[in-house]
Amino acid sequence: MKTRVLGFVALIAVIGASVNGLFVVPADLNQGDAQRIMYVHVASAWIAYASFGVTALAGLGYLIWRDLRLDALALAGAEVGVIFTAFAIWGGMMWGRPVWGVYWQWEDPRLTTTALLLALYIGYLLLRRLTDDPARRAARAAVVGLIAAVDIPIVHFSVIWWRGLHQGPTFGDPAKVLNPSAPLQFVLALLAMLAAFTLVWVYLLIRRYQLARIEWRLEEAARRGRIAAARGSALGAASVEEPAR
Amino acid sequence: MTAVGFVIAAYGVILGGICLYVAYLLRRLGIARDASRRVGGDLDEAP
Repeated sequence: MKTRVLGFVALIAVIGASVNGLFVVPADLNQGDAQRIMYVHVASAWIAYASFGVTALAGLGYLIWRDLRLDALALAGAEVGVIFTAFAIWGGMMWGRPVWGVYWQWEDPRLTTTALLLALYIGYLLLRRLTDDPARRAARAAVVGLIAAVDIPIVHFSVIWWRGLHQGPTFGDPAKVLNPSAPLQFVLALLAMLAAFTLVWVYLLIRRYQLARIEWRLEEAARRGRIAAARGSALGAASVEEPAR
Repeated sequence: MTAVGFVIAAYGVILGGICLYVAYLLRRLGIARDASRRVGGDLDEAP
């Protein structure tokens, strides 16, 4: 019930933040209407970082405590993160074409490392399908999740470390946070979208976690059923063989 | 395509994608909960 209320609040928040970003906040003087894409693009990237951070921390927790609930949380983070990374890339492409003149440029470190991040976590999700053993799957996934998380700071700092088309980081520079160069209206619109997307993110994580837990228990029930069936057929075979002795 | 077209494409795919993913998750949750009830174990909503 609480999750349903959270979902409803998140929906209202996203609608409100989108209406604000699309119709209330004025267009940028230089970029025009294309700048409105920044609100959903930056928010998607923020959610992707947070999701993969959850996957890495939950994976680390699993390796320490061997609790499958942490593996379910890691899975939820990875799946939601993959979706929002794809959204961030899409939003960036839609902004890049009218502002940069290109949808994509492989020479740009931010774009390339983000594409790598997406590939790494798609690999993480595919790896989970390789085995039915929950403990083995969780341990392997935790290790891969931790290795893949190395790319998160690389993506974030790529715009500082290397030169490319992409502008500097939107977050992470304290001087910029305290004295933003953008007008306050733009900053507030971005913060509103970040807050709305964070609500959506929490809702999605909870729902995906619930699904992972139920599916894991169903897998367990199916495995127990297969073991019982195998034992039954083995006993049946033994009783058939008995008279022949 | 004009800048407005790109804005519509960006918001449409991202917000539409979120809606589709929520619908997909809720559908899978419903199917999983039905299956857990058929199995008969204590497989209701996870904590």
